[in-house]
Amino acid sequence: MKFIYQTWWKILAVVLVFYTLIAGLLFHVPTLPILHETIRNLYFHVPMWMAMFSVFFISVVFSIMYLNTGKEEYDLASVECVNTGMMFFVLGLVTGMMWAKYTWGEYWSNDPKQNSAAIAFLLYCAYVVLRNSIDEEQKRGKISSIYNIFAFPIMVVLIMVLPRMTDSLHPGNGGNPAFGKMDLDNRMRVVLYPAFIGWALIGVWIASIRYRIRLIEHKKNTIN
Amino acid sequence: MNLFDQTIHLLKKEILLEWRSKYAFNGVLLYVVSTVFVCYMAFNLNQGFVDSQGYPLVWNVLFWVIILFASVNAIAKSFLQESKGRLLYYYAIAGPHAIILSKIIYNILLMTLLSILALIIYSVFFKNPTVDNLYYCITVLLGSISFSTVFTMISAIASKAGNNGTLMAILSFPVIIPVILLLIRLSKRAMDGLDRGLSTQDIVTLLAINVIVVATSLILFPFLWRD
Repeated sequence: MKFIYQTWWKILAVVLVFYTLIAGLLFHVPTLPILHETIRNLYFHVPMWMAMFSVFFISVVFSIMYLNTGKEEYDLASVECVNTGMMFFVLGLVTGMMWAKYTWGEYWSNDPKQNSAAIAFLLYCAYVVLRNSIDEEQKRGKISSIYNIFAFPIMVVLIMVLPRMTDSLHPGNGGNPAFGKMDLDNRMRVVLYPAFIGWALIGVWIASIRYRIRLIEHKKNTIN
Repeated sequence: MNLFDQTIHLLKKEILLEWRSKYAFNGVLLYVVSTVFVCYMAFNLNQGFVDSQGYPLVWNVLFWVIILFASVNAIAKSFLQESKGRLLYYYAIAGPHAIILSKIIYNILLMTLLSILALIIYSVFFKNPTVDNLYYCITVLLGSISFSTVFTMISAIASKAGNNGTLMAILSFPVIIPVILLLIRLSKRAMDGLDRGLSTQDIVTLLAINVIVVATSLILFPFLWRD
């Protein structure tokens, strides 16, 4: 856990995010029909999901560690990762909806990708409800860890696999161009990949701060 | 005893217990019959419903919604009826994998029987517009298997968290929505008598979801079980 107390990666995260903010809005992008300048949303929408996947994945790792060792800190880290991930989930949905308004014509157009993302959000809302329904700390930690591990693969199937099999309007699904070798301009990669790393690090940073606050509260409340 | 023997023994015990009381089976069967009858009366308040254009669509969706709620009710019982002392006894004689496997298999058997009966009852009340009946039955079987695998694990979690019905619904519905969407699509194709080859991909996805769910249940149940 030493990693979260170091400074270098936080500076890196800030630099990368500022770079993508400026470069994402100023650099050249290919001019495509329908998309036009909204293609720049790629730099802000997709990294939200990358950040969400990273913190959710870290949360699953902590859940597994909690189940193996039973240390309370791991459970706290896991739940704070989920809380941070849900914030990025909402940001990803909102940026996607804003983009959809300009390209598909509606904020919510009953698209499979949007619907499964909403279902996956319900899955994690259920996690929060499940946590609050149990009072005993160890039992709560154990059951919510189990549910968290159970929910993660289902979330991946919902967001990544199912929409690909149906006719979604979303890029990358239903034969639409997205990250394929020929589709993505190399000049866009220069901005997109740093954005992935930057936002994922920001997500980890937020989660680590929340975890540290939670840890202080936890230590205050324990009886020695 | 190895895993296989333990599973078979536990499965026999589940079936024997059910055979003696017939509580879960009769209860859910009555639940299905009453729901179907309520739907029948409610829909027939409007004249000409059967001949209307949307009838096959409603027929299909309504059937799956009835099956969904019936299976939630049937499977929520699977861990609810176990008392604390009995669980402790299982802990002494069998491994956790055998217990969850036997529960899953038992629920699959129960749900298969129930959903086939439900389909027959449903077809009696609502005129069956299906073209490819065999394929529709296969879809129903697939559906009952998927519901059983998902709900068994969820009911195990819910039973540890205070055993309330709200939690069961909240936890299971996000998981079951993709499954039921796939099932409705599959069964609609069977109903319209489309080419069976079209559905191969959906069936493979359904089976893959089942494999994932069973694998995670097998991995996670040993942790869930120890109190």
